[in-house]
Amino acid sequence: MRRIVTILAVLGLCGLGAAWLITAPDTLRDDAMAELTGDAARGEAVFWAAGCASCHSAPEGDDPLVLAGGQAFESDFGTFYAPNISSDPQHGIGNWSDIEIANAVMRGTSPDGAHYYPAFPYVGYARLEPQDMADLAAFLRSVPADATPSRPHDVAFPFSIRRAVGAWKVLYGSPDWVMSDPAGGELARGRYLVEVLGHCGECHTPRDALGGLDRDQWLRGAPNPSGKGRIPGITPDQLDWSASDIAYYLESGFTPDYDSAGGSMAKVVTSFSKLTGEDRAAVAAYLKAL
Amino acid sequence: MKKIALAGVVACLAASPVLAQDFSAQLKARQGQFRIMALNLGILGDMAQGKTDYNAEAAQSAADTLVAVSMIQQGPHWPEGSDNFSIDGTRAQPSIWEDHDDFLGKWADFGEAAKVMQAAAADGQEALGPAMGQIGGTCKACHDNHRAPEG
Repeated sequence: MRRIVTILAVLGLCGLGAAWLITAPDTLRDDAMAELTGDAARGEAVFWAAGCASCHSAPEGDDPLVLAGGQAFESDFGTFYAPNISSDPQHGIGNWSDIEIANAVMRGTSPDGAHYYPAFPYVGYARLEPQDMADLAAFLRSVPADATPSRPHDVAFPFSIRRAVGAWKVLYGSPDWVMSDPAGGELARGRYLVEVLGHCGECHTPRDALGGLDRDQWLRGAPNPSGKGRIPGITPDQLDWSASDIAYYLESGFTPDYDSAGGSMAKVVTSFSKLTGEDRAAVAAYLKAL
Repeated sequence: MKKIALAGVVACLAASPVLAQDFSAQLKARQGQFRIMALNLGILGDMAQGKTDYNAEAAQSAADTLVAVSMIQQGPHWPEGSDNFSIDGTRAQPSIWEDHDDFLGKWADFGEAAKVMQAAAADGQEALGPAMGQIGGTCKACHDNHRAPEG
């Protein structure tokens, strides 16, 4: 009997130890960014394609480059507040190295080695091209500093246990491409813009009970997590716009009926309007090819 | 006796709670003005995109109409309590009333952009695209805060 208890205790400890290891925050190789030199001008294009401003710009005010944070994102797990990612050395990320920024963006791991909540779309960003990451970091250092302190998330137990996000990352953290084999350069670029930078699926794809994206339902529409209404499906059977209609919408905010984008999508269009016409066309081509 | 009955009726009226008001006329008016905008933006936008042939006269009329819409006074269309949390049939967020100066400022921005279009509409097809972009920017700037998603 005593032996069984001992065995169980050892197994239990092993289990806890394994769980602790499995949920440890992942980081890039220490030298992953060492050889790269960021170009802030190129980084601005990455910044708009990645939609950083949509969430991190201050809720008050009309300048999307004031990255003071503070926008609230309601979810089934609590309310997340976008943090300050301005160049302020104390309240923003002005003091972070390239590798620290890269670990945050591409691994969801903070400079202190803690998990970020997946309200931050690092699962998609994990496939960022390293040079794009370096360019983005250079651009983020060039935006104005803002000394607004980041607001703590309002997340209840058990979701308040950050370590548990490690288990979530094991389940959902490294998905395959949705479009496994893009036919040609435009579709490959569109896939990068939609699945990685634009993180369109974060709103347009439904989630399961643990908040992971149901990738079998990719871009098929989802309840609006932050309020009334529904985020529309944008697969070809649900959105019958032509490719040029989609591209024009992303440029101007106008639907084919000349209604105009509202809510969060207005912010997305503000970002996409700053991309090149080729990139908007690539997004449209990707959506039409789903 | 009549006096007492009258007093009773008056008392009842005074005490009755405020019922959800019927704002259907205001909703029709404000949504109608946006429809007029959309139809005329469609004339200009289709020309800008090359979906229809450029026609200076039609473009000018559409642009003039946008300016005319921008001059409609907004106050009567937006009574308190006609937001999407209070009534159905609207996507107007309460922020329109909570931050009314911001809302009116953004409406005024649309008016300025419409005037830019009015000045440019007869200058050829190439002039329409940038002016459409500017108008679209003012639509988004307001919808960003003040209009809820569909559904």
